[in-house]
Amino acid sequence: MTLAQIKPGHGGVIATVEGEGALRRHLLDMGLTPGTKVTVRKVAPMGDPLELFLRGYALSLRKDEAAQITMREDSLV
Amino acid sequence: MSMVFALAGNQNSGKTTLFNALTGSNQHVGNFPGVTVEKKIGVLKRHKDMSVVDLPGIYSLSPYTSEEVVTRDFILKENPDGILNIVDATNIERNLYLSLQLMELGKPMVIALNMMDEVRASGNTIHVKQLSDLLGIPVIPISASKNEGISELVDQLIQTAEQKKVPEHLDFCSGEVHKAIHSIAHIIEDQAAACHCPSRFAATKLVEGDEPTKKMLSVTQEQEHIIEHVVRNMEERLGTDREAALADMRYSYIERVCAQCVIKKQETKEQLRSEKIDAVLTHRILAIPIFLLIMFTIFWLTFTVLGEPLQELMDQGIGWVTDQLDAWMSSVGVADVLHSLIINGVCAGVGSVLSFLPIIVILFFFLSLLEDSGYMARVAFVMDKLLRKLGLSGRSFVPMLIGFGCSVPAIMATRTLSSNRDRKMTIILTPFMSCSAKLPIYGMITAAFFPKQGAFVMIGLYVLGIVVAIVSALILKNTLYKGNPVPFVMELPAYRMPAAKSVLLHMWEKAKDFIRKAFTVIFLATIVIWFLQSLDWSLRLVEDSADSMLASIGSLIAPVFGPLGFSDWRASTALITGFTAKESVVSTLTILTGAAGDLELSAALSSIFASQAAALSFLTFTILYMPCVAAFAASKRELGSLKSAIGAAAFQTGMAYVTAILVYFIAHFWI
Repeated sequence: MTLAQIKPGHGGVIATVEGEGALRRHLLDMGLTPGTKVTVRKVAPMGDPLELFLRGYALSLRKDEAAQITMREDSLV
Repeated sequence: MSMVFALAGNQNSGKTTLFNALTGSNQHVGNFPGVTVEKKIGVLKRHKDMSVVDLPGIYSLSPYTSEEVVTRDFILKENPDGILNIVDATNIERNLYLSLQLMELGKPMVIALNMMDEVRASGNTIHVKQLSDLLGIPVIPISASKNEGISELVDQLIQTAEQKKVPEHLDFCSGEVHKAIHSIAHIIEDQAAACHCPSRFAATKLVEGDEPTKKMLSVTQEQEHIIEHVVRNMEERLGTDREAALADMRYSYIERVCAQCVIKKQETKEQLRSEKIDAVLTHRILAIPIFLLIMFTIFWLTFTVLGEPLQELMDQGIGWVTDQLDAWMSSVGVADVLHSLIINGVCAGVGSVLSFLPIIVILFFFLSLLEDSGYMARVAFVMDKLLRKLGLSGRSFVPMLIGFGCSVPAIMATRTLSSNRDRKMTIILTPFMSCSAKLPIYGMITAAFFPKQGAFVMIGLYVLGIVVAIVSALILKNTLYKGNPVPFVMELPAYRMPAAKSVLLHMWEKAKDFIRKAFTVIFLATIVIWFLQSLDWSLRLVEDSADSMLASIGSLIAPVFGPLGFSDWRASTALITGFTAKESVVSTLTILTGAAGDLELSAALSSIFASQAAALSFLTFTILYMPCVAAFAASKRELGSLKSAIGAAAFQTGMAYVTAILVYFIAHFWI
């Protein structure tokens, strides 16, 4: 399951961050590293992007980018 | 001893507020060499020989936008005496990520732990002394917005720099990553020393596969093979790739440090409050209506309630100065040509532009409130999906909205966009948003040709501008600015009360910028137009402007507008003068028709435009063609070259031409 499929109000722990290049590194730099707990707080009014909460701060990400982040199946709440 | 410090930190960490607290209004703005990233330099209060350079707000030293590169280059190449790293204490984990990378640069460094007041007020604790010991660098708790801890911070910074005390520990890594970094540091030690780059930093970057570092060190092919081998080994043993391994190494270290010195019982009050505010402001249904209401209120206050009286006052002031100057020149007996140049050229031209100063300052007051409070990030969040369809991102929405007021501040506001491609597209599209200076033109033409359907025509013109912007975006997206849309990864900062000092400084900066422009570019342009308008080809003053050079240029290009339905030389001349300021279209048409009073003008206009269709076509061309000289100058500055600015103006004029032809033909059959 990817981060893009998680419903608002739910969350889990990151398994892997797919993709490549500067964007992937930027996602990692922003704290989306494997093992990090993330909750999806909200979806924007028009259905995209998402508002996430991780490491004590709010981050906005498009679903396309969130789809590159896979979640640990056993961690989903 | 004179010293230079680099101020670095995350976006939204209060960096600008700290910079203002450190330097007061003693700042000047420049650009970093080669890029259009703004560089602010300020002198420390009470330390006249010490300056601070405000580096762009970034999250990491890995190149993502030009801003990370600028920061890295500045610290490595310009060799500042010390780094002042501002860290948001309410968001300490992610902020320390940059700190660890800055520490690797091996420069004397001090952390300013900002927003400690918020941490304390929420009942949370950060053991500052312990944090400082664990990180091996001085940490000073401050509150930049309340001006607390600033003098301690400055003292510590100067002391650390004087003693050239570099960070004590640099080993955040353990196990396999540690081994890899150390063996690579060993391999490239000499090359790193030769270019004054700490070998540990270089090694870390080489593990990440960072191209700029490879180039800087001129890594040989043989070395590259060895490095690749070492890193592959590390990846195999860890079961993860190099980039994830390094990010994980830093964050794991930070988590261990925070576990020891951060006691967080709950989210801070500001964060809890932000969640509540967002429940309304980014609400699924309410978000967009509230946003429209906020923008409407701002425009209404800026242009009507506050702007109009202030602009009138400014006009009166300028008028008074002009009259004084006029009377003085008459009494002294200044030559007629010079007299006319100063009064009808410079005073009228520069004056009409200067009268926009109050509106610009007020608009920027509201915009910096929106930006500093954190609302702008929410606008981008809400509008992103819509803008993405046009190949842009949510961040472009705000400049475009400002464009309905005035293109000049709108183009200046594109500076907040992180991607170069988005910034350029936004600068080109913004002038299609019908600016307030064009309203008098709509008023004049609709009164003469559409006395009954005036409001309908005006709304139609605004919509037309938006439609053309959308079409242009689609054209640009598929030709000049191909490629994938820029990813949208944006922090949503906690809502905070904007600091009065930052807002005022921001307004002052914009005002200064605008005044400087009025007295340089616009000053010259008005002189040129005056010469063309007042002299004939044998350089004699003309009685009737129909005999002027401007008129003959106007008649020369008039046939170009034949397909648009208006080939009268007066229309094309008005369009030329519209380049100085859009309102000039009205004044020029008035002068050239020689009409007195509105009724006469309406009749006279019929002699210029043969039909309603022609009038509509003229209006269409007026909304869309290249913006006024002030906006052109702004776009030249923000696009970075005269060539790009001319290209943008040509594109806009081309779109105007094609659209006007279409409107003319459609209207011709319809009406």
